[in-house]
Amino acid sequence: MVASKSPCCSCSCEETIYPCNCELHTVDSTITIANRFDHFLARWGIKRMAHRVEPGLYQIGSPCIDSPVFASANYTLSFDALRSALAGFDAYILVLDTKGINVWCAAGKGTFGTDELVHRIETTGLGNIVKHRKIIVPQLGAPGISALEVNHRSGFRIEYGPVRARDLHEYLRTGKATSEMRTVNFSIYDRIVLTPIELMHISLSAIVVAIILWFLAGIVASLAAIVAVLAGTVLFPVILPFIPTKDFSMKGLILGIIVAIPFSITFASSRGLPGWVAVLGAVTPLLIIPAVISYLALNFTGSTTFTSRTGVKKEIFKYVPVMAAMAIFGSVICIFLGLCRVLGRI
Amino acid sequence: MFNSYLENTLRYYKDKCINCKRCTEVCPHGVFVEGVANAELVHPTRCMECGACALNCPVQAIEVQSGVGCAWAMINAALRGKDMDSGECSCGGDTGSCCGELK
Repeated sequence: MVASKSPCCSCSCEETIYPCNCELHTVDSTITIANRFDHFLARWGIKRMAHRVEPGLYQIGSPCIDSPVFASANYTLSFDALRSALAGFDAYILVLDTKGINVWCAAGKGTFGTDELVHRIETTGLGNIVKHRKIIVPQLGAPGISALEVNHRSGFRIEYGPVRARDLHEYLRTGKATSEMRTVNFSIYDRIVLTPIELMHISLSAIVVAIILWFLAGIVASLAAIVAVLAGTVLFPVILPFIPTKDFSMKGLILGIIVAIPFSITFASSRGLPGWVAVLGAVTPLLIIPAVISYLALNFTGSTTFTSRTGVKKEIFKYVPVMAAMAIFGSVICIFLGLCRVLGRI
Repeated sequence: MFNSYLENTLRYYKDKCINCKRCTEVCPHGVFVEGVANAELVHPTRCMECGACALNCPVQAIEVQSGVGCAWAMINAALRGKDMDSGECSCGGDTGSCCGELK
């Protein structure tokens, strides 16, 4: 990204009631290697809050007073998707301060919202830069924006563009978004790109638990912890639509049982152990692994594009007690077996 | 039995609708479609309660209790004895699993 600031010549500070920072940033549509590296870090949740663009008004190409204005978030992934989609266009990009959060999430929280949009229109002096009174807002910004209120307060009319920036060319050509352009998907690609961040969230605790289990119950138990976390954070999102039932917790329990079976068999068939130890050893993974994967699966609802809060709340009441009971029961057995082992009773 | 998503808080008052088509434009799941005299609620169970339609409806013909459906935030709020709906979504912070980075 090549960004430079220039004095905004068409924005007269004296004429605006609100303070005008008189700054017009310039960008192009090229996604550089540095940009790609930044996107990679963002996907992995590294320096999560550092992937920001300075809020304000940007010009791309050589826009004039009639050029379209697009609103975006100050998150590099959102902003870069927009500017790369605008290759060959002359336009303005109004970047709202969403604290480095993507458009949809920020709209849900209200930071990509009516107040911020109106504020940004005023402080950038947009009304003096373009002649028309239209801003194209990404459709997923709509949960935070009241088009009517923006119009009353700023004089600008909101047009909701397509969900995905890559459809902008077609949208601008036809002036209409098809129902396909208006619909959010959750493709395998969409799900795969989310897995690193899911994994990173829990990696530290997973490593700690794996080390403790190594000493307490041996390498197989330690491996079970790692496999459970990988299944819950990576495999689960990838195969999400193929697991039976609608509830994420139930899907997680099903996947958890499948993942636990090999470990259960391994413990049950350990040679030289008393029968009761083999039975308890076989039961433990069947209790703990499904509980862990089910919990991770329930948490994945926050990353999906379709679960409602009402439904997630229902799931919490329905399944969290079950998960907790399974995890506690399993842990008690695990600790008991671990102590017996350490004390040399088995 | 294992589907918690059959009910939601979406309410549509068809008689109030002025057929401006905004809801059909902002809904990411095609819950509303354009009708002859007013918008038609065709897929109510697809609603994810994002609230875009209600916020953009000029005549309050749509009601929905919107909010961030973040399990992590809700469980945390519940554990601290707070209202589950008051749970702050953690996508602003470094912890917690929430919010896809789709756009």
